[in-house]
Amino acid sequence: MIASTHKELAQRAMEYALKQGCQAARVTLYANANTAFELRNGEIDRLQQASENGLSIGLYVDGRFGEYSTNRMNARELETFIKQGIEATRYLAEDPARVLPDPSRYYKGGLPDLEQFDQKIDALLPDEKADIARKAAEEAIGKDDRIISVDSSWSDRKYESYRLTSNGFEGSSRQTSFSVYAGVSIRGEGEARPESGWSESSLFFDSLPTKDIGTKALERVLRKLGQRKVKSGKYTMVIDPRVATQVLSPVMSALSGSALQQKNSFLMDRIGQKVASDKLTLIDEPHLIRAVGARYFDAEGIATQRIPVFENGVLRTYYVDTYNAKKMNVEPTISGASLLVLQPGTKNLDELVKSVNKGIFVTGFNGGNSNSSTGDFSYGIEGFLIENGKQTQPVNEMNVTGNFVKLWSQLAEVGNDPRLSSSWRIPTLVFENVDFSGL
Amino acid sequence: MNRRDFIKSGGLAFIGSLAAPAIGSSLLSGCAAPSKQAGVQMALSHFGVSETLLRQVLAAALEKGGDYADLFFEHTFNNSIGLQDGAVNRCGSNIDFGVGVRVLAGDRTGYAYVENITADEMLKAARTAARIAQSNQSHQPVALTEKKLTHNYYSVQTPWENVTVKEKMPYVQRLNDQIFSLDKRVQKVRANLQDRTSHIFFANSEGVMYYDYRPMVVLNASCTMEENGKYENAGAARSYQKGFEFLTDAEVETIAKEAVANTAILFAAIKPKGGEMPVVMGSGGSGILLHEAIGHAFEADFNRKNISIFSDQLNKKICDAHINVIDDATIPFNRGSLNIDDEGIDGQKTYIVKEGVLTSYLHDRISAHHYGIPSTGNGRRESFRNMPIPRMRATYMEAGNIKEADIISSVKQGIFVDNFTNGQVQIGAGDFTFFVKSGYLIENGKLTQPIKDINIIGNGPKALADITMVGDNPKIDDGSWTCGKDGQSCPVTCGMPSALVSKLTVGGES
Repeated sequence: MIASTHKELAQRAMEYALKQGCQAARVTLYANANTAFELRNGEIDRLQQASENGLSIGLYVDGRFGEYSTNRMNARELETFIKQGIEATRYLAEDPARVLPDPSRYYKGGLPDLEQFDQKIDALLPDEKADIARKAAEEAIGKDDRIISVDSSWSDRKYESYRLTSNGFEGSSRQTSFSVYAGVSIRGEGEARPESGWSESSLFFDSLPTKDIGTKALERVLRKLGQRKVKSGKYTMVIDPRVATQVLSPVMSALSGSALQQKNSFLMDRIGQKVASDKLTLIDEPHLIRAVGARYFDAEGIATQRIPVFENGVLRTYYVDTYNAKKMNVEPTISGASLLVLQPGTKNLDELVKSVNKGIFVTGFNGGNSNSSTGDFSYGIEGFLIENGKQTQPVNEMNVTGNFVKLWSQLAEVGNDPRLSSSWRIPTLVFENVDFSGL
Repeated sequence: MNRRDFIKSGGLAFIGSLAAPAIGSSLLSGCAAPSKQAGVQMALSHFGVSETLLRQVLAAALEKGGDYADLFFEHTFNNSIGLQDGAVNRCGSNIDFGVGVRVLAGDRTGYAYVENITADEMLKAARTAARIAQSNQSHQPVALTEKKLTHNYYSVQTPWENVTVKEKMPYVQRLNDQIFSLDKRVQKVRANLQDRTSHIFFANSEGVMYYDYRPMVVLNASCTMEENGKYENAGAARSYQKGFEFLTDAEVETIAKEAVANTAILFAAIKPKGGEMPVVMGSGGSGILLHEAIGHAFEADFNRKNISIFSDQLNKKICDAHINVIDDATIPFNRGSLNIDDEGIDGQKTYIVKEGVLTSYLHDRISAHHYGIPSTGNGRRESFRNMPIPRMRATYMEAGNIKEADIISSVKQGIFVDNFTNGQVQIGAGDFTFFVKSGYLIENGKLTQPIKDINIIGNGPKALADITMVGDNPKIDDGSWTCGKDGQSCPVTCGMPSALVSKLTVGGES
């Protein structure tokens, strides 16, 4: 991974930048190594392996800022690159908001290991990896006459970064991840060949679930057979935790400093106000051990901390980095979310569905977008009709349309079933009175 | 900074041969038929490799019995400058350098890449990729010969390597100033200019060697306007495979006007009532319908695996006989054009639907071999880090013979759409979507109320069969379309004359 020679290179790059006329600089090094095996019907179809390195440097020159990156890790070339970067940056207009963070806000070290790296990654043999993907496929192969194709895959990755700023921050972090996937295509009605899949991932090899991947993929695709669009109208929307990020992600974008500074956020000037249902409590929990998304510092080196984002529907924070804080003349917070925990409720999916009279259980989104200024959205969906507390007809080729502020005020229930392998831990969500269009 | 210094220090200093001038600026500038021999020779020295070494690496790649191997060398320079809050106050550059080694064994692929181009590293990568094959029969690659590129669809007058930040800045500033001057409601503008220059050098075990110089530029602006306390944001962009000559006052003016118009319309726009209805696709960006509804499902990797909804439809009539759809690599300066694809096949124009019949899938080397036909030259990759797969280029429909006004007046109750942001498709099920940023209601044959922010969903074969009228106004949209597949991004474009789809499901209120 990051060699000590590369760390020295980063330090030298920093020194060189300062010597050449930068008042401040930030250097980031990264290294990444990954392998992947993709199988088709249990046979290896693709194998990929690679490792890579890169360096990026942010140059603060005479009140101006430019950012440069390269994968050419050679001292002499870097010097030329930096020199040219400084020259180019000098042409720009001044931007007084471009400064490094106040060093008192940097992470200073000393906290326990967040356990993000599994040494085992280097000990796994290619055959072991391919076998896991093969077994996932074998759970589905031959289990149904309608199967056309079973894809499965293994991938693993290790990632390391090293950050350095000229006003005293130095930090590194490294992570591993392992994942396994299976997807099944079957003969549907007419020419259609519905497909579905299942995947699991983990920071640690020993905690990666490797059973029932192919079985679940097959179950999921078989359940899709007979999909229809149903009548347009208002339904209760129940969202599968696997795809629930779709309705949270635009909200998180609306909280970002750059959106607010550009007056391009549907949550401008709403801190301290109730903007969502009582059921929405969302906490940024960056310090959970062995958890995806956990970190002690952000890309600027700022120490992370537990932050309530929404408490019972009341908006508590924006995500404002150093630059946008200066621009807007507000206190900076942190540049982005780390590990979001949406406070779970007590019911599981079946219990939630039981109380729904007329609804749609959304298991997949298909395209669509939202308006960042107004919060209006419209997405394609597939899933299941819910009638009198039961999932009935599989549905597809429908759209769900609305406004995020209104939608989150209609959050009626939160399930108890977040996926812990995600850095956004969102359980099943139930929203009332949502517009679906179909027939 | 002195321009020439920049070429010398910024162009080739990084990669060995200081004696050579910047590749591209001296070879390909402005000439339609570049000197190919010089191209390959210079590329060899640029990447610091010899033909002997290439043959050694290709031989190592085939030592486990692979049928075919190729090496894809890339050196890419990306530059960007950005404007925010009234001034060009940010810039950046990225250099990416490396070689990918690919081995094919039947339909199977082994792939590895390295960033450090040395004999040891390349041989190691070749032996990793070689493991996809497991036979004892290895064969030697043939002698390497330069492939003559027959056309240059993106000849450059002023290469980006020769242009300083200072020279680019006034255009971006002007874009900002024009947007502000066009409408008093404008509150914020962001504008960016990105240029990219890729040096591609390729060699394969069949003895084919080529060098291609690929320029790219994107200029975009987004603006936020305020009216009575309400905010709206939209933008506009243009992208071509051109050099600095792309930047003109006319281009800036076009983008400024479009960004303002695209934003201004949103204040008056409503969400329509949702449901199934006729949709008139305006000319240009409506090509997104072709890209999503049929383009992806025609990509031959999905078809050779029998997992596309069109897998059994080759040579069958799938839509009205007036419809011709093309995927084209040969439009001069188009964002999706290719002199040669990323596995050594000439750029070409491919009819995928002719007179209503599905005439060809979009092939890469693997699928062409599978079907026993020549490749259509659609094997593309995001970079040396990725294996090539079938991808679209510029996908468009040829002109019909109906006036747009007659198409609109044929619709009693429906919508007209002409501004899009994104789309998606499920290859096997055929369900596709595209997001409409703005358009109009059609009531009794007339455009009335503006509409905005709605998704449209349909099913590929059904939607295609439901195209009942095709306009006489074909248009390619030169926005910055980028297509994603298998985790790889590729620049593409799309186009269409105005057309009527008799039934699609439109998002909206109930």
